[in-house]
Amino acid sequence: MSDAAATRPITEASSDAASAPAKAGQSPWSRAWRILRRDKAAICAFVVMVLIVAACLAAPLYAGYLAKTDPFRSNLSGSITVGGESMKIMQASTTGLGLGTTPIAPTWEWQYMLGADNQGRDVAARLLYGGRNSLLIASAATLICLVLAAAIGTIAGFFGGWVDMILSRILEVLWAFPVYLLAISLSIVLLTQEIWIGPFHIGSGSLILPIVIIGIIYVPYIARPVRGRVLSLRESEFVLAARGLGIPRWRILVKDILPNVTTTLIVYIPIMMALNIVTESALSFLSIGVQPPDASWGTIIQDGQGLLYTRPMVALAPGVAIVLTVLALNVLGDSVRDAVDPRTKLR
Amino acid sequence: MTAATQTARPPLIATRDLTKHFTVGKTMRPGSGRTVHAVEDVSLDLFAGETLGLVGESGSGKSTLGRCLTRLYDPTSGSLTFDGTDITRAGERALLPVRRRMQMIFQDPSASLNPRRRVRDLVGDAVRVHGIRKGRAVEDWLRELMDIVGLRAEHLDRYPHEFSGGQRQRIGIARALAVEPELIVADEPVSALDVSVQAQIVNLFSELRERLNLTYVFIAHDLAVVRQVSTRVAVMYLGALVEIGETESLYSRPRHPYTEALLSAVPQARNRGRRNRILLEGEIPSPLAPPKGCKFSTRCPFAQERCHAERPVLLPAGPGRSVACHYPLGSDAD
Repeated sequence: MSDAAATRPITEASSDAASAPAKAGQSPWSRAWRILRRDKAAICAFVVMVLIVAACLAAPLYAGYLAKTDPFRSNLSGSITVGGESMKIMQASTTGLGLGTTPIAPTWEWQYMLGADNQGRDVAARLLYGGRNSLLIASAATLICLVLAAAIGTIAGFFGGWVDMILSRILEVLWAFPVYLLAISLSIVLLTQEIWIGPFHIGSGSLILPIVIIGIIYVPYIARPVRGRVLSLRESEFVLAARGLGIPRWRILVKDILPNVTTTLIVYIPIMMALNIVTESALSFLSIGVQPPDASWGTIIQDGQGLLYTRPMVALAPGVAIVLTVLALNVLGDSVRDAVDPRTKLR
Repeated sequence: MTAATQTARPPLIATRDLTKHFTVGKTMRPGSGRTVHAVEDVSLDLFAGETLGLVGESGSGKSTLGRCLTRLYDPTSGSLTFDGTDITRAGERALLPVRRRMQMIFQDPSASLNPRRRVRDLVGDAVRVHGIRKGRAVEDWLRELMDIVGLRAEHLDRYPHEFSGGQRQRIGIARALAVEPELIVADEPVSALDVSVQAQIVNLFSELRERLNLTYVFIAHDLAVVRQVSTRVAVMYLGALVEIGETESLYSRPRHPYTEALLSAVPQARNRGRRNRILLEGEIPSPLAPPKGCKFSTRCPFAQERCHAERPVLLPAGPGRSVACHYPLGSDAD
């Protein structure tokens, strides 16, 4: 259904939108918002995101009322009733030597809808709880990354000179490390010991660690374009004009430079979200992100790794969730970029 | 205006050997990078009430000179005096009262207006910073400014993207006028506009000069426009001032070979064939490596040995005229 909307003939889309008259005194922001609201791909992607977020937020309701299970406690000896028949959650293995147990397959009923993992936990419930962590970590990391990058990029670009020199070198050093190597090193150092920052205590299982780690590693990737944008804005004619008028420097920064940097940052929000979800999953898959028994999409994939041949659904479900989320965010990112670009014609 | 009346009063703006170099390709290695000689040794006086046309090809340094005059660029060497005060090295704080008295209008109005701000803020910011008007009088002044430049009061609430090119340039002019300046440096204010709109804006400039007693530096490469608005014309080539003189006299009797070549390129409606078009050979040399002697010597049809070795300085040549040439045209006649 999203395909159908996205591939609608452009001529049709532009003709029905052109009938809306442009209001006088419309700011570039409300103009961008108008363009976005007319973008059918953006709306589809947004709806998908809203559904995913809503489902994840409803995780406790699902686990408590529908699945009736605790997704964080192993359940190796329990059994449930499927289609009037009692079934053990951990069934005796029927393959190979017949040793060990195999988790229950997807029942397609409320209980154990997507089957169980090798601890006998409900995969569907864990998927929703995992999504909460994945989305939370990605959002918070995006926020940290953008704030840091905006501050560093703007200061470096606007003040130039030795300030720029030092900040740029720091970014380059950070940049020089492969992202995952940096993330893995940071994670291992930070996870193996508890951290006390003044009165704040960060345990090794805390979500703050993956958030901060993921937030930091992508800073150079945003800060450098922000710095470039500020550099070009600083030399732009409207900043020269403001200087010529005798407008104070801080006022030029606030009124002329920052609003134009904001567009660059907004474009990065969905893209960074997508990237951070993938990074979080990768780190959690390598057991250096979210720590068990807490779940994230990455940890569930790791749980499913050993069951890939017998119960592929365990790894497949979070995989599909990641793909769907990242796809929606990327589509949204493209649309946002088009909307805030002043060269885009209002259609 | 004769030379006698010019010397009777001090110039509004005076430059002596004003030079602006840019360094390109500089790395952390000392001594790296190359120098662009954008403006070199420009000495000129600008008197209140006159309109000085600044002409030259692209890359001749006329915009850079304009930006040095308004201290948007810091001169590399030489001196710049505004109404008797040396502002060559003045800091932003010291420049503030000077900024109020001289304003700049830019070539591309869509680039010189912040797309994210309303006209009211674009024009009104400087009014508040300089305290031109206070309280409710600000609004009245903004409305008056809109009227002066031929826009309507309701345009104050719009954003730059909602205007046409000509209207945007009117906003640029309103912004410059907002601080009630005496001097306006207009950097190719019409060259980004449609021909039909150019005439309107040029007329607006003339009208404003009469009405508000303005002094202009009018930078352009369109010689016909410059002739129409200027009382004096200065010709630049490769960062140097080659000739300066009163408009009609300079247009009818150029003394520098480059001025002659430049003027010969203007299509003439009347007196067709009076002036033979002079085609200059070769390209304009790179400002990274300007010729050693006279900057024009590589393309000058009359260049002598001395021209390649020794750089000529701008010297008086006739009433109100100065030429930087070892062998100015028509010198036999004088």
